[in-house]
Amino acid sequence: MRKTAPLALAGAVALALSACSGGGPGSEDPATGEITYWLWDSNQLPAYQACADAFTAANPDITVKIEQFAWDDYWTKLTASFVGGSGPDVFVDHLSKYGEFAAQGQIVPLDERIEQDGFDTGIYADGLLDPWQYADGSTYGLPKDFDTTAFFYNADLLDEAGITAEDLWAADWNPDDGGTFEDIIAHLTVDANGVRGDEDGFDPSDVEVYGMGINPNFEETGQMQWANFTGTLDWDYLDTNPWGTRYNFDDPEFQKAVDWFYGLAEKGYAPAAGVFSEETLTQVGSGSVALGTNGSWATRSFMELDGVDVGIAPGPVGPTGERASLFNGVADSISASSDKQDAAWQWVQFLGSTDCQDIVAEHAVVFPAIPESADAALAAFEEKGWDVSAFFAYEEEGRTFLPPITLRAGEVNAVASVAFEDIALGNADADSLTAANDEINRILAE
Amino acid sequence: MSAVTEAAPRPRPLREDVASRRRRVQDLPVALLFILPATIGFVVFLLWPTLRGVWLSFTDATAFQPGGFVGLENYQRMVADPVFWNAFRVTIWYVVLNIGVQTALAVLIAVLMHRLTRSMVVRGIVLTPYLVSNVVAAMLFLMLLDYQLGFVNEVAEALGGDRVMFFGDQSLVIPTIALVNVWRHVGYTALLVFAGLQTIPENLYEAGRVDGASELRMFRSITLPLLRPYLGLVLIVTMIGSFQVFDTVSVATQGGPANASNVIQYYIYEVAFSRGYDFGYASAMSVALMVVLATISILQFRLTRANQNDMA
Repeated sequence: MRKTAPLALAGAVALALSACSGGGPGSEDPATGEITYWLWDSNQLPAYQACADAFTAANPDITVKIEQFAWDDYWTKLTASFVGGSGPDVFVDHLSKYGEFAAQGQIVPLDERIEQDGFDTGIYADGLLDPWQYADGSTYGLPKDFDTTAFFYNADLLDEAGITAEDLWAADWNPDDGGTFEDIIAHLTVDANGVRGDEDGFDPSDVEVYGMGINPNFEETGQMQWANFTGTLDWDYLDTNPWGTRYNFDDPEFQKAVDWFYGLAEKGYAPAAGVFSEETLTQVGSGSVALGTNGSWATRSFMELDGVDVGIAPGPVGPTGERASLFNGVADSISASSDKQDAAWQWVQFLGSTDCQDIVAEHAVVFPAIPESADAALAAFEEKGWDVSAFFAYEEEGRTFLPPITLRAGEVNAVASVAFEDIALGNADADSLTAANDEINRILAE
Repeated sequence: MSAVTEAAPRPRPLREDVASRRRRVQDLPVALLFILPATIGFVVFLLWPTLRGVWLSFTDATAFQPGGFVGLENYQRMVADPVFWNAFRVTIWYVVLNIGVQTALAVLIAVLMHRLTRSMVVRGIVLTPYLVSNVVAAMLFLMLLDYQLGFVNEVAEALGGDRVMFFGDQSLVIPTIALVNVWRHVGYTALLVFAGLQTIPENLYEAGRVDGASELRMFRSITLPLLRPYLGLVLIVTMIGSFQVFDTVSVATQGGPANASNVIQYYIYEVAFSRGYDFGYASAMSVALMVVLATISILQFRLTRANQNDMA
């Protein structure tokens, strides 16, 4: 019987991994040899391969082997490789995940090395380095890029509805009636008889084009779903962020906003949970969704959609009078299990430097953490004719906020994702979040 | 083909002479040598992980820390964990659907093959889905049954029906996964049943025909009773496999929507590898699953008298 299957699996993975990553010829001299680098975004692979080539050209003794795994597999594979003691030397780390790894001693603090080599961390845009300081005060990652979220829209569908990009930029929102933002998506919705969502005789059970798509990503951050709305309330995820110990999912205003958000499906303005199994990229690409949230990292994929003319508008202005977006930074961390710490640090320094970030900028996929490289990226986006100003609108006339950064994020996510999906499925109202919130706070208190 | 499978009474020597006993002692090293490889495999891949798993269930070990003894804490947590009980219910519902439909279909296919054709080609075709890996089968059906783009839903709509959320509807997701796995496994199960059918002597059917019995009657009075021990074993084996459903869920639904397909093996995996890296609690649930499976196996073995044959 295989009741120990997970353990046996871990063992097998460990064996397999240790078998293929045995110390190479250069393992005695740590600043040489081949180091492995993991990332999850396939769009960024070419850019970082170019970085790796430039790095090896400058440091002929070190080669970088890049491996890419999709987000869903990435964290599981990473954990399994840590269990086996043979993870990648360097990997792309995420704010909502690194606390767990730092707590378990799987990634190394970088402060000593930063100091030793006099690495200038002042080059990064404000607020990008700080969240990578773990509860113990040490820094566990060097920032490389950042992202905000906005609404990607199908420009042709907007035209047909007589709605302009300016209307979308000027939209306001509140959790009671959805403001002019809801008016817009209602008008963008069309049923099978050609009746629009705000017209008489509209049939919400037989919708042809949904005003707004919803990503099937149920997460405690809400980044892919409701965060652009709840961010405009006088509300934040945690008592203190990062490293808070009390979530605020029990706040009545927040719950009202969540009810409004998932309630759009009932009105017919958004697809019900389960109708689309793919993200808004596919939804907007299919022509049956007028607009949908996604992150700045997805810009390239949206703009290269076949047969759909895509534009980007920021989230609406909410009750606080500001528009808002989650502001997330991605960084590179070094595995504690790496036996090439020196070479790994060389690579991380290079990744976090202008040299590499300028290369990444040219590829027009993400916004680098270094302002001058970010400007280069903006120029690269502009050159392609892609207007990405929406992603910067929050900095200029609104607010950005961090994703919730806590310990035991995996368990928190497990509870929260089911709680939000239950609401989306109509199994519960948003007041059920109070119970989920208690459960989460109990996990954080342990 | 031998009609009688019962082993002939073993010839027992009246008295063992000294020479043969000595020969047996001399054979011992060779015998051990032959047993050794299988024993090593058994100890390394079964016995040791099992013992270690049982030990871990009494500790607070995580993926990264060996952990210390915590007594029954993990088991207490399990009893109080609503997600565990939900996983348990979901798994049982899956097993009932999966094994029920699969066994009925397998017997039907096997009897048809037995009574109608001896064609190897037909047997080959019946087995084909079993050659597809679980992961590939899951991905295949994920695409075929997709609400927006799935072939099945396109056809359903073209025929004037409604689209169906096979994997996205909480009440349909387990039946869908159960039937996907029936599709994959039914041929193999049918072949096992078919092998059992071949042990039933043809002259019984001849006698039945002479007495004017219909096919249905012969199925009820000859096939089914004589098939019982084989069916019993097939049920035990397939049911244990069914309780361990994992890959289809992992590929198609990741336990969703909202835990509606969070079967026990998937929950164990999640607890161990993607939420708290909690090996202690995951091991406790694994031990519970082992106990349940052992109990069911023993019960089934007794109830179906799988070790006895009615063919005298």
